[in-house]
Amino acid sequence: MAAASHRRATDDPAWAKALVIGIVLAFLALVLVLPLAAVFVEALRKGLDAAVAAVRAPDALAAVRLTLITAAIAVPFNAAFGLCAAWAIAKHDFKGKALLITLIDLPFSVSPVVAGLIYVLIFGLQGWFGDWLVERDLKIIFALPGIVLATVFVTFPFVARELIPLMQEQGTSEEEAAVSMGAGGLYTFWRVTAPNVRWGLMYGVLLCNARAMGEFGAVSVVSGHIRGLTNTMPLHVEILYNEYDFVGAFAVAALLCLLAVVTLILKTALEVAQPHVRGRGGH
Amino acid sequence: MTISIRSVEKTFGRYPALNKVDLEIADGELLALLGPSGSGKTTLLRAIAGLEFPDAGQVLFDGVDVTFASAADRRVGFVFQQYALFKHMTVAKNIAFGLDVRKGKDKPDKAEIARRVEELLKLVELEGLGKRYPSQLSGGQRQRVALSRALAVQPSVLLLDEPFGALDATVRKSLRRELRRVHDATGVTTIFVTHDQEEALELADRVAILNNGRIEQIGTPDQVHDQPSTAFVCGFVGEANRFEGQVSNGRFSAGVLGLPATGLRDGAATAYVRPHDFALDDSGFEARVERAHVQGPLTTVNAVTPDGRRLEISASRAEAARFAGTIRIAARKAHVYAA
Amino acid sequence: MTTADAASGPAAPPPARRPFLRRRSAIPGFGLTMGVTLSVLSLIVLIPLAAVVLKAAHQSPAEFWAVATSRRAMAAYRLTFGAAFVAAAINSVFGVLTAWALVRYDFPGKTIVNALVDLPFALPTAVAGIALATLYAPTGWVGQFLTPLGIKAAYNPVGVTIALTFIGLPFVVRAIEPVLRDAAEDVEEAAASLGATRLDTILRIVLPALAPAWLTGFAMAFARGVGEYGSVIFIAGNMPYKSEIAPLLIIIQLEQFEYARAATIAVVMLTVSFTMLLIINAVQAWARRFD
Repeated sequence: MAAASHRRATDDPAWAKALVIGIVLAFLALVLVLPLAAVFVEALRKGLDAAVAAVRAPDALAAVRLTLITAAIAVPFNAAFGLCAAWAIAKHDFKGKALLITLIDLPFSVSPVVAGLIYVLIFGLQGWFGDWLVERDLKIIFALPGIVLATVFVTFPFVARELIPLMQEQGTSEEEAAVSMGAGGLYTFWRVTAPNVRWGLMYGVLLCNARAMGEFGAVSVVSGHIRGLTNTMPLHVEILYNEYDFVGAFAVAALLCLLAVVTLILKTALEVAQPHVRGRGGH
Repeated sequence: MTISIRSVEKTFGRYPALNKVDLEIADGELLALLGPSGSGKTTLLRAIAGLEFPDAGQVLFDGVDVTFASAADRRVGFVFQQYALFKHMTVAKNIAFGLDVRKGKDKPDKAEIARRVEELLKLVELEGLGKRYPSQLSGGQRQRVALSRALAVQPSVLLLDEPFGALDATVRKSLRRELRRVHDATGVTTIFVTHDQEEALELADRVAILNNGRIEQIGTPDQVHDQPSTAFVCGFVGEANRFEGQVSNGRFSAGVLGLPATGLRDGAATAYVRPHDFALDDSGFEARVERAHVQGPLTTVNAVTPDGRRLEISASRAEAARFAGTIRIAARKAHVYAA
Repeated sequence: MTTADAASGPAAPPPARRPFLRRRSAIPGFGLTMGVTLSVLSLIVLIPLAAVVLKAAHQSPAEFWAVATSRRAMAAYRLTFGAAFVAAAINSVFGVLTAWALVRYDFPGKTIVNALVDLPFALPTAVAGIALATLYAPTGWVGQFLTPLGIKAAYNPVGVTIALTFIGLPFVVRAIEPVLRDAAEDVEEAAASLGATRLDTILRIVLPALAPAWLTGFAMAFARGVGEYGSVIFIAGNMPYKSEIAPLLIIIQLEQFEYARAATIAVVMLTVSFTMLLIINAVQAWARRFD
């Protein structure tokens, strides 16, 4: 009784705490840690040298290069879009704001496969612009532009959905103060707004980048899987795996795991350093 | 600079924030916009600043129409409710912002800007704090920074939105005097928004009282307190006992209470009596004292009439002893408005 | 009084002309940024999505219906929606426990656990897919213990559910966490002071308050699961009528150049996704009624 009476009203009994924490840790270990560990173990099954060799194979390096190029185009594009959309939505009043936010979020609720399909229907051989593109010898589907488009689509909302609530919370009075003292739009943005949202922007870019480099379904539809040419890293993993080159597949996968781990570390560091910048439910 | 507001209207959605508002502000005047929340006072201030644009009507600065001019073109100094200081800039950078953004020959050189910043810091008694960041300042200090930042551009009019709203009572009092002092030193036309009648009456040359997007009365603090032109003003400015009753033959009555009401039509009416306008009077009506308590130099007496009306009476401490048991009182002065 | 004041002022100049594009706000840049936002949104998202609907509409309604409800498609929907539902339900249970532990308890390694919850957001789905397939294959790390028990956890609907559980976990945790963090503890103290036991308080005060966030998290996990492809195909088995998910069916139609058929299945999936989106929005609007 004495011990129990010292427990605050909002505290749970020690056995309940231990039980909940135990269940949670066991579940997370089974669902999250085990797969992560499996990737590294399988990659190193034939030793470090075999894994390194698999990553340094020409096709693998080409996949790494394509993935980096894709992210280097898609992420800045979506960051610029996110800033534009957040400025229009968070700093101004207009009708239909909720609808616009929902539309920007739309790609999150579309299957990646459908995201790839829509561009095939437009730019593919039998698509709206198929003949027009063939006449001019332009290739979008089964080429870099298609891969970039599909990646832009699936990562479209990341930066915007991070910035819009953040900028709404910050209100408009700092910008109004700057404008009332004679500052122009761009000056106000760079000198007043940007310093206030830079951490939120970084957070959005971080998640956007992780998804851009890791996207599989959408890219798979538009890529054509041409080895060394239109294979991104996740697609390369699939090819190696389907060819029963498990060490190769898991070695490239391990590289992607490292990307994920670095992303999580940076994300956690951002959350610790800037507690007001929180995940707003990424995807 | 004189400011004229002509029939200004502004609606947010279906909710009218300003309803044909007219207002003249004289050069060098210190005017308070007083009203409850949702009365439209902040909207009016923002329309003057160019932060909000009216649906109809005109805003004139010295007779020039600025209704749709940008905030920057109006050269107003605006102090925001939560100050809106730039968190990532030092106090000095904050104050210098309005000078820094200027271009070409309008932009003072570095030394001149520094001199102006020093001068302003001195004006608001914040010397030596220029290198601090806003987060390192107290609420009162932040308010002073916001004030000096607004003054740095040598505004033609200084506008303040609930300038003391976020401060505690003691800081609030000293900053009120500070604002009056700064106003008198600079002579700049100043308009501030407040929901605190004490603040408005103490600080302003004139007070405009807003309710439901309309100006109910505008006048000196004495006028709005002593000669309230509407029931709303009477109830909102100063303390008052409120009585619902009837007027007939130029006389208001509510139970035992009777008051002269010359010039009012017969019918339902509301009477307001200030607590200090009740006095002991043998020819008056009867009331029983329930409780008396000291409030500074005065005593506040809670009494109840035989027909159950509750009264608040204010008396001097010397008189207090006479307010005991059953007393007879009368209203020396009252404001009666037709319902 | 006020009219008298106005009359005494200087004579009014003619009213300034209202700018052609009505000034909405003192903050500049609305026209430009809104223009860019709407153009980019239309070009990247809205018009392409319309394309898939138009493509499906090329067929007659009867054709559309036949493709959309073919036996193979129905089997794929059943698997996709069923597995997504079960996975979201599993995550609802463990997600709320995880959120509760993260918000209310202190334990060693909490920061790492917190970071780890987002692993499914950060890990490429294909990587998750091959890892899960390796773990749950009959000879895999976990699978070898399940086989003697007669449980087959890969290359069948169970495998699909496992993959979708992995993918959906963070949605439920991250939906519930902020609500739990913001929940005022004084409400729980009030309940305790009125004589409620701890269990009563949790069941009758805490959990009902979490319901909207819980539903949102469930719906988001479900919606994501329905569309998921990368993590599923490696562990699913991909047998028509048995373990073939709807997104895979789209890809198969596409590889056979059956664009209209692919678009048809896509339209069915889009309809479900948008319905989920509407439900999520409605739940959130409903949740705000107490604020």
